[in-house]
Amino acid sequence: MNSVEGLVEVKRLRQSCRAILLTFGTGVLITLLLIFIVTPILALLFRISPDRFCASLSDPVVWDALVLSLTTATISTCVIVLLGTPVAWINARYCYSGREFVDTIIDLPLVLPPAVAGLALLMAFGRMGIIGRYFYESGISIAFTTLAVIIAQVFVALPFYVRQARASFEQLDTMYEQAARSLGSTTLPTFFIIVLPLVKSGLIAGAIMSFARALGEFGATIMFAGNIQGRTQTMPLAIYTTMQGDLNASITLSVILIIISFVVLFIVKFKLRRDVRF
Amino acid sequence: MRQSPFIVIAAILLAAVCISGCIGNPAQSGGDKTELTVFAAASLTEAMTDIKNDYETMHPDIRVTLNLDGSQALRTQIEQGAYADVFLSANTRHLYALRDQGLMENDTIGLFAKNRLAVIVPAANPGNIASLEDLARPGIRLVIGTKDVPVGDYARQILDKMADDDAYGPSYREAVQNNVMSEETAVTHIVAKVQLGEADAGIAYESDVSPRDRDTISMIPIPDTYNVIAEYPAGVLKCSGNRDEALHFIRYLQGEQGGEVLARYGFAKP
Repeated sequence: MNSVEGLVEVKRLRQSCRAILLTFGTGVLITLLLIFIVTPILALLFRISPDRFCASLSDPVVWDALVLSLTTATISTCVIVLLGTPVAWINARYCYSGREFVDTIIDLPLVLPPAVAGLALLMAFGRMGIIGRYFYESGISIAFTTLAVIIAQVFVALPFYVRQARASFEQLDTMYEQAARSLGSTTLPTFFIIVLPLVKSGLIAGAIMSFARALGEFGATIMFAGNIQGRTQTMPLAIYTTMQGDLNASITLSVILIIISFVVLFIVKFKLRRDVRF
Repeated sequence: MRQSPFIVIAAILLAAVCISGCIGNPAQSGGDKTELTVFAAASLTEAMTDIKNDYETMHPDIRVTLNLDGSQALRTQIEQGAYADVFLSANTRHLYALRDQGLMENDTIGLFAKNRLAVIVPAANPGNIASLEDLARPGIRLVIGTKDVPVGDYARQILDKMADDDAYGPSYREAVQNNVMSEETAVTHIVAKVQLGEADAGIAYESDVSPRDRDTISMIPIPDTYNVIAEYPAGVLKCSGNRDEALHFIRYLQGEQGGEVLARYGFAKP
């Protein structure tokens, strides 16, 4: 009897010991992880004084890159929403052969190294490319123009939106659509009047994620669109180029991108939480 | 059974580590070789690859590791604490900047090669470029270097010289600058865009049209009046732990055997 009770006691002690160790270990792990992520970001922020930051803001390299990046990323996001929403909706609601295949292809740029994407885009849309040569013959250049920047951004950022949009559509109960249909609404009005307002937050969150990815695009852009201030030199390219000359400009642009990333994450978390609660 | 996927993954990772350990570091498994880390301007890519092989054959106890990039990028790396034994720059500006910061062994610094600039065009010559005047023709797709990479710095010096000459004038410089479709951070990127035929022309080095490239790119020389002489300095870094070996390597570059390889790739003696 006694020995059994003793055994139970030892077991209980061991368990609580294990729980304490586990909590402690997890705490240490989380702290280390936070330090690992936060330190480089703080190092960047501390590296430049507010005065220098403001002075660099008026530097044409910084200003041109900022304007170009915001413009192209906005256009890319609009294109992505226009192209991605129907595809996400169809893949969420309709079963057809090859649906998973389509989904996989759309996801491909997520895992494709940007350098590969850049080379692939050049081989397709460059003036010697399999599509680009026909455009070039009719007098239209695609590679090394602002259009190329947008194409590269759409290519890499599309999956972020489509994944989020499809998930949002799938989360939505079909009863809303069935109710609308039973009251005589047809497919398109149902989509625009009933479905779209209900998944709005999810779609906006997806669009913002795509915007952020487009803003950060580097590898595909520098290979496919080139590096010209005011035309194709987006913020990441300007950061890379000025790092080899004017470090202040480089840091200023990095700080702006960090701020934008924070705002983006904040909005997305906020939007998605509201969506889930609904 | 539930744990088996983790065991498989762990086994794969372990195998990967072992394999990369064996392949990635032949020096460690092959005894105690001295490793010389050489930061070399991108324009030296082909020549340095040959020189590295020759040098390692002649000195079995030395392993040369090359880091090839635009000189300004290499300088930034060194300034930010990258380890290098030898720095080979495509202009004096970046190496002297390191010297002035006290990062170089000053008595080891010396020129080892000279180069000249040239206009390079794809062999098929899609832009139909036959002379320097053609670079100003509207619609020409030109690639040059950024203002910080030596090849871009030299190109700007040439355009400035031409702008000062009545035969071309400032309007020529402006027209050429308007044709620039991309500014590259290393000369190798300029050559690649021309080789791919994506650019009609690029301003690069004469040494970039190496024997093996002659069927993909051709060269339009730039007259001496406008051309600049690119001077390549070498030096041992203060942080180097192999000062003597590094200096020996530089002397080899400046000597007959190194000079022979450099000459084969279009570089001149300093």
